[in-house]
Amino acid sequence: MSSLGKAVGMDGPAIEARALCKSFISRESRGRIQAVDHLDLIVQRGETFGLLGADGAGKTTTLRLLNGLLRPDAGVARVAGFDTAKEYRQIHLLAGYMPQQFSLYGDMSVLENITFFAEVQGLTRAEREARIPDLLHFARLEAFTGRRAAKLSGGMRKKLALTCMLVHRPRIIFLDEPTLGVDPVSRREFWNLLSELRAKSRLTIVVCTPYMDEAERCHRVGLLYEGRLIAQGTPAEIKAMVPGQLLEIRPSDFNAARAVLRDAESVQEMQTYGQLLHIFVDNAQQRAPQMKAMLEEQGIEAGEIRRIEPSMEEAFISLMSQQKHKGRLDREETEA
Amino acid sequence: MWQRLRAIVRKEFIQTARDRRTLVAMLMLPVVLLFLFGHAVEMQVDHIPTVVVDGSRDSQSWALLEALETSGFFDIDYYVESEAEAIKAIDEGQARAAIIIPPDFAVSLQRGGAQALVVVDGSDALTVQSAFNAAITVGEAHAVQLLTEKLERSGLQGAASLAPLEVRTRVLYNPDIRSIVFMVPGMLGLILQNQTVMLTALAIVRERELGTIEQLLVTPIRSWELMLGKILPNVIIGLLNLCTVLIFGVLWFGVPFSGSLRLFFLMSLLFMFSSLGLGILVSTVSANQRQAQQLTMLINLPSMMLSGYVFPRSPMPVLIQRIGDLLPLTHFLVIVSGIMTKGVGFYFFRQQVWALLIYGAVVFALSTFAFKERLE
Repeated sequence: MSSLGKAVGMDGPAIEARALCKSFISRESRGRIQAVDHLDLIVQRGETFGLLGADGAGKTTTLRLLNGLLRPDAGVARVAGFDTAKEYRQIHLLAGYMPQQFSLYGDMSVLENITFFAEVQGLTRAEREARIPDLLHFARLEAFTGRRAAKLSGGMRKKLALTCMLVHRPRIIFLDEPTLGVDPVSRREFWNLLSELRAKSRLTIVVCTPYMDEAERCHRVGLLYEGRLIAQGTPAEIKAMVPGQLLEIRPSDFNAARAVLRDAESVQEMQTYGQLLHIFVDNAQQRAPQMKAMLEEQGIEAGEIRRIEPSMEEAFISLMSQQKHKGRLDREETEA
Repeated sequence: MWQRLRAIVRKEFIQTARDRRTLVAMLMLPVVLLFLFGHAVEMQVDHIPTVVVDGSRDSQSWALLEALETSGFFDIDYYVESEAEAIKAIDEGQARAAIIIPPDFAVSLQRGGAQALVVVDGSDALTVQSAFNAAITVGEAHAVQLLTEKLERSGLQGAASLAPLEVRTRVLYNPDIRSIVFMVPGMLGLILQNQTVMLTALAIVRERELGTIEQLLVTPIRSWELMLGKILPNVIIGLLNLCTVLIFGVLWFGVPFSGSLRLFFLMSLLFMFSSLGLGILVSTVSANQRQAQQLTMLINLPSMMLSGYVFPRSPMPVLIQRIGDLLPLTHFLVIVSGIMTKGVGFYFFRQQVWALLIYGAVVFALSTFAFKERLE
């Protein structure tokens, strides 16, 4: 069986999940929470795949399932051809995992932490002596080898965690919100490190993130909503999934304009950005003059109404509210 | 495998050494306990503060009081007029015992059937026992003496050898009945068990609580490697403590060490093996450090009560004795007092050795089995 798994692993996708399910008993609601709900996922070798979703959408559970840290209730997942439920030891040998929480030893120094993980990953002394300075150089941590991990800044901790995860040269890495609580400069630096890794080897990366700018740096992304993957594709494909076209309006009276347009029939969806209104319509060319007229009727200066391309964030919110709406309709249907 | 084990051991040593405060506390505690116990605790209570109501006030009553006082158990501090006042003195804690001699004492003595009452403060178990025994022993001896004198006065020669039976006692191993001789061997076991169980119980659960276990679980580390690696620093702390308590016990308190030192250390290692296993088991089944600490208390408290250290085991109900059998300390106490106090060899406590061996193997197997290689 495992020989078949390896054969699949040679040329199959890096990660393959089918109808993966996982639920937890919730203490608050005294019921079960479906954290991951029939998740289908394929990640190709060398691909950087971003898992997007709000808090509680099931991102961490998905990563833990793929690592074999949790056993699925139903469905199967294979990482490099190995079954995550049974062959998780093999997966650990060729994959790396960086949990969301800082999971290194705060009372040990940078060097001690790296050395510890290099030793437990089975690197010989010679391998360690070659590998560790390389990694320290790569993460720009050479100047901090003697510092206790607990005394590092948030960004440096993440870099140390990345370094410790890479000691055994994994071919697939899982990152759970690797830039959470990290300043923007360090965030950029962290992603540059990831790009450097990608450039050097055909590393498969699965990264969970709540940041849309990070999603743009992935080859493909998947949107998780209530444990289900509601959309997946390249960032461009995701944006194209949003039905309709997007108009941007900078009205003279923001609140009044919002009140007028909220109930307008032609408005499919409205999102606000500061003093800007982003409105999804079926046909931009046709609707823009109509809206301008509606606003001016109420004495609101509409200015220039522009058609814009939806950003990742708008696409994400739009797809999510569609799901929410659909969920509500489904519930009403079953109740009726 | 050995490289992983070595890496874990090194990490544990670094972390143990970095936590200075805990380390110092762990190494100092046994010595402090030994001195507290050694100097403060005396199982036999003497010089009990005593109040006297002497209704008779004659040579006969004085003779009895003198006999009681010279026994060393009663310190006659003051006299009061009535039994009520004497009880009040005990109520207020000024005295722990009262001797009450009725006004007709001397007269009844001549007639036969005289009575003297010793009232003892029952709020302290050890005082009751000592005062009770002392009063009876001294009273009987005094009565025999009075009888002998009476008989001699009535012209019977050789009355001193009249007593038909005399019981002589000899205390083996500890002729002076010094509490410290019982205390030190038991304390060795108690400290060793309490510390090893506590330290080890926190070992794995701490990784779980800090979240570091998540990173460890995705490495090739096996559960038994993690457990063994976490145990070794605690074994060394345990051995150091064993040495300090032994050195202070023998050199400072003059506790005899009659048996083989090598056998002693070998048996201590065996004992540590089983209590470390117990600690690891606690650690694997606890969700957080608080749970682990409470479970540890659940083991350590009965160990003190049921192992035979504080209370003798033979009068306990069978069920309680069997519960005591589940504690490694129960078996180790037999071994350690055998080696230290009696100076006997392996043959005399082979049953206990078997018990500890099986015990250690079972708890280790259980905890390896209970250890989850996943997060659930």
